[in-house]
Amino acid sequence: MATNYLPKADLTSSGRPVFLQNEIECSILSSVDLECDDIPNFPLLKSGLLILTTHRLLWLPDNNSSSNSSSSTSTSSAAVALPLSFLTHIFSTKKSVKTLFHSPRVRFQASLDPSKSVVMTVVMRGKGDTDAFLAKFWENWRARAWENDVQTQTQAAVVGSSSVSGSGPGSGSGGFYTREGAVRMVGVSGILRKEQEMWESTDKSLQEAFQDLNALMSKAKEMVILAEKMRQKLLSGSNSKSSATNDDEVGSKEEMQDWLLSVGIVSPVTKESAGALYHQQLSRQLADYVRIPLERAGGMINLIDVYCLFNRARGTELISPDDLLRACSLWEKFDVPVMLRKFDSGVMVIQNKSHSDEEVFARIKALVTNPDTLRTGISASDAAMTLGIAPGMAKEHLLTAESKGLLCRDISPDGFRFYINLFPEINTDDVYLVKDYGIYNTWVRVASASRLE
Amino acid sequence: MQKLGDFKLPHFFNYPPYFTLQPVRDTREKQVQLWKDLILDYCKTQKIFVIGLEEDFALFSNPVIERSLSHEAREAFLSALVSEGRAEWLNKGHRKCLILWHRVQDWADIIFRFVKDNGLEDSVMTVEEIRSGIESRGTELHGIDRTILMRALRVLEQKGKLAIFKGTSADDEGVKFSM
Repeated sequence: MATNYLPKADLTSSGRPVFLQNEIECSILSSVDLECDDIPNFPLLKSGLLILTTHRLLWLPDNNSSSNSSSSTSTSSAAVALPLSFLTHIFSTKKSVKTLFHSPRVRFQASLDPSKSVVMTVVMRGKGDTDAFLAKFWENWRARAWENDVQTQTQAAVVGSSSVSGSGPGSGSGGFYTREGAVRMVGVSGILRKEQEMWESTDKSLQEAFQDLNALMSKAKEMVILAEKMRQKLLSGSNSKSSATNDDEVGSKEEMQDWLLSVGIVSPVTKESAGALYHQQLSRQLADYVRIPLERAGGMINLIDVYCLFNRARGTELISPDDLLRACSLWEKFDVPVMLRKFDSGVMVIQNKSHSDEEVFARIKALVTNPDTLRTGISASDAAMTLGIAPGMAKEHLLTAESKGLLCRDISPDGFRFYINLFPEINTDDVYLVKDYGIYNTWVRVASASRLE
Repeated sequence: MQKLGDFKLPHFFNYPPYFTLQPVRDTREKQVQLWKDLILDYCKTQKIFVIGLEEDFALFSNPVIERSLSHEAREAFLSALVSEGRAEWLNKGHRKCLILWHRVQDWADIIFRFVKDNGLEDSVMTVEEIRSGIESRGTELHGIDRTILMRALRVLEQKGKLAIFKGTSADDEGVKFSM
């Protein structure tokens, strides 16, 4: 088992890795093998998805290509993760004639346990920018993002006011002092010195500028951590709701929770990081993301709403409507619990696969068969209020129920209303006949009673 | 139960969706069937032969529930009758519709029986006399639409049961029975 050597990586229900706190996905490559000659019985990790993040190197079995799906069970390779902190060395690739014919590979040394370090090889059989991957690999390994986490976490743990402590970069800029009147300028060497000083000062201001940016970014990270913490607190608070004192407090709490829930996706899939696998990965991330909004919307949500929510959660890495649509249509190929549905009217929604129209129809039927609505029918907004969904959505449900023969319509100056469908109940051989039971009978009684009033 | 003159209306006449053309096929088929039956029934009891689409027609609106048929719906229901041979458009614009609650062939049979019953086998009558004469009083032929009557007479003429000829005045025609 792979897990004997490498830590197992958790995946979401739609096959996206579960990221650590502050972990950001940087690069994705497909058809990658992970090999290790130093360990006997090292599992066969063949043609999977390699994801490089700021913290880890993840290898995921590729289970969406149908040809592989049967064989993947036999190799039973689970997703594995190699924390970048385990890495002791990345070998630089030698360019030679041999590398021209081989699939590009990256070798690195990692200490899986303190006593022993092994050499592992990443073999890239698919298309993809190998050099860019290697550069990123180096960069992330050197950046040691996991160490920052430990710092910020301990800082955050001390007090909530960690954000004011101004960790590092901000105060560091004080070290750049200016040299006052160092050398007199004489002759060519003077001009050269002046040139150099100018160059140095530009360089310095540039560095400072970037340092400011870095400071901003690290602040932003802190804000996200803070927001995350508050969300956790609120979530745990809502579990023990019995202690809620008054409605107002609960209301503001819920509002706050709403705000924080939309704080966002920590590591949005981008074209830059995922490349050719962009839509596929986006699709999986969307499937994970949409679960909570879907639950709150009662199992069905308009595509336009999802677009707004999803982009809001992504923050700056906005996606186009086209990307969203493509991501949704890819769901058919993956095993995800949600699906895209197109109504006859052309309206598109996302719904749970477990969502059943029957249940909605049953509620609609109950709604149109009470004595009042039997006589007056219902409008889309009536249905929206009762079903607790958006009027547009309610109308789609009513139209679907109509097409199934459950309802029929009434268009008049009063508006567009729906009634329970009585047509099948009427006997064409004797139009005056009303049976002693059934919905037609009830309707006749209700309708004639109302006229007598 | 609601009435229109002496005509008894069915309960569903107060069902608002009955007055909106239903888009779903099964529902619509049933609705069209109910309208066809009601139109034929009503016209038969009220002796109505022609329905003008743009004129007020008692059956096409229900003041009790404040609903009336749209032009499209009227045309749809009458067209359904036309396609069954129970009605005919009188012009291309579909503005007037001739309702055949008896088919032309049935009308011909009615005339045939009328002639036999009254012992008119070899006599001569004007078309106007058949429509409004003493003999036809109390029968279905009384007040029959002239167009339908002429059609029925032509059917009989083709079978050699009678001969139609021009009368003395230009607008009247005579019929010589030979049954």
